[in-house]
Amino acid sequence: MKSNRIISYMEAVREGIDLCLEKYPSVFIIGPGVPDPKGVFGTTLNLVDKYGPGRVLDMPLSENGITGVCIGAALTGMRPIMVHQRMDFSLLAIDELINNAAKWHYMFGGWCEVPLVIRLIIGRGWGQGAQHSQNLQALYAHIPGLKVVMPTTPYDVKGLLISSIEDNNPIIFIEHRWLYNMCEHVPEAMYRVPIGKSKIVREGEDITIASTSYMTIESIKASRIIENLGISPEIVDIRTIKPLDTNLIIKSVKKTGRLLVIDSGWKSGGIAGEVIASVVEEAFDSFKSKPQRITLPDIPTPTSHSLTRHYYPTYVDIANKIATMAGMGTEKAELRKILKSKKYDTPSDIPHLSFTGPF
Amino acid sequence: MVEEKIVELYPEQEIRCPTHLSIGEEATAVGVCENLRQDDMVFGYHRSHAHYLAKGGNLKAFMAELYGKATGCSRGKGGSMHLIDISVNFLGTTPILGGTVPLAVGAALSSQMQGKDNIAVAFFGDAAAEEGIIHESLNFASLKKLPVLFVCENNLYSVQTPLSARQPEREIYLLGKAHAVDSYLADGYDALKVYEIAKKAVEKIRAGNGPIFLELLTYRWREHCGPNYDFELGYRNEVEFLKWKEKDPIKKLKEEMLEANILSNEEFEGMREEINREIEDAVSFAKDSPFPEKDELYSNVYSEQGHEK
Repeated sequence: MKSNRIISYMEAVREGIDLCLEKYPSVFIIGPGVPDPKGVFGTTLNLVDKYGPGRVLDMPLSENGITGVCIGAALTGMRPIMVHQRMDFSLLAIDELINNAAKWHYMFGGWCEVPLVIRLIIGRGWGQGAQHSQNLQALYAHIPGLKVVMPTTPYDVKGLLISSIEDNNPIIFIEHRWLYNMCEHVPEAMYRVPIGKSKIVREGEDITIASTSYMTIESIKASRIIENLGISPEIVDIRTIKPLDTNLIIKSVKKTGRLLVIDSGWKSGGIAGEVIASVVEEAFDSFKSKPQRITLPDIPTPTSHSLTRHYYPTYVDIANKIATMAGMGTEKAELRKILKSKKYDTPSDIPHLSFTGPF
Repeated sequence: MVEEKIVELYPEQEIRCPTHLSIGEEATAVGVCENLRQDDMVFGYHRSHAHYLAKGGNLKAFMAELYGKATGCSRGKGGSMHLIDISVNFLGTTPILGGTVPLAVGAALSSQMQGKDNIAVAFFGDAAAEEGIIHESLNFASLKKLPVLFVCENNLYSVQTPLSARQPEREIYLLGKAHAVDSYLADGYDALKVYEIAKKAVEKIRAGNGPIFLELLTYRWREHCGPNYDFELGYRNEVEFLKWKEKDPIKKLKEEMLEANILSNEEFEGMREEINREIEDAVSFAKDSPFPEKDELYSNVYSEQGHEK
């Protein structure tokens, strides 16, 4: 589906919600601040004017209780969208999400369905600190019955959001705050991007990079440097964490013989390890070098930007890792020089130089 | 009677799931559910055999579920703690305390959003009233004036822990009042009293006046989980049990009906026989039913239903 119109990730989220509210009387959206003047970073802005407070709802700060309310509503004919302005807040609701939403369909022999979308926004930078910036996709992906989606681009976020709202299962829909101002061509009409399918965002020959969410952007930036040195990475945007689609990654590794997995979350028990294990199980003989991963270190997020610059891996780290994996010899010195000049060219605590805080 | 049968059968070790019996707590379930229509929606908890049956849940599917059979109400994936019969809008039970209470509130929200006049009922115990989610549910239901009836069955114990070790000296129904919800306390061992107070509550809720909270005082006869008595544990004593047994809500209702000439002894015995036949049929059905096939393990993790377009 092609379009000449360019909008941001944030606008694409809003448009997806808007179209579903318009099309389905059973859809409603609820969350702290949903109808307020800031509209959840713009993603629900003015929807209350169009659909009224009966379908665009603010809520008491009762994350667990309201998640249960949404499950009850979903069991009885509604299709709720619930939103948390930080993913960290959803931890108050994991009882209802894990014990009820994830299991209701299975536990009662398939009699009922829970069509529920939980929008979770990952914060980063400007001192968000340990409780406003967690990447908890692995925690949710561990739970049978939940689907976990992490769209990277404006086109995908709209299409995947519509697919999620139309899906009859509970969906953990994870948006990274640093993607919100990214723009691309997005069709105005209703369209769907399938859940459970990864996507090749850059074709290449020498190494497969599989990445999640915002780290796909860093991976693309790394590729632009590394391709000048004659290495051609293939980038697979994982898009859906659960159920995980490893087909494209395996196919790609069979071609390139190398795999670097880059996740926005932590290392231990994380998505990167899971992807590597799944691919190695299927394509062990294809590997020319040991598979590698780039993740956050197993450390809570610090607040000071002098610490976050060492905490968050960037395209520079990715480019370095690619070079090492591709076995670069003499060229590497040249690369080091380029990368050294770039390592701290943008601060680690803002998504772009025009940002002046706070989030 | 259904549960007396479970007591008899449990030692055969064919019912292989945690089973929390409602014996002694029949009046709360029946007194409330007698006031409900088929389209009213009920959620229960781990001790909800009585709620399931009182709402009209299928007895054969119930018994088969206890036996883990493919014909069970949850196809063998739920057991005693996960009962459902959507044909009568009995929408599920779980053993996480307070876990289904917001679901009932959500069902009530659906009713309100869809412009219907059916109501939702949440049954829960005294210990669930200690969970934060109860307050979250009451607060939201009150805020939105949702058609939901909260029924707290206070049986004085959470597993083996007495109420006095868990809550200060204040009545539980006052928690409802704190959330501006009309709240009442009643004797849960008096079926007619429960019926009367629930009738008024259901009518008021259905008329759009918002939620109501009922605390019903009751007592379980058997151990927390399983078919036995447990006086040897020492957390309660037989004297206390006998005091409650003396007030047996079924015996009391029977005597009141005989006295009012609504029921004769013969009719009562006739009912017993008929119910016994139904129970025997249900047990045979359960025992004769096949276990789920291996493939059943993998089905229903996700709903395969296509997109609503």
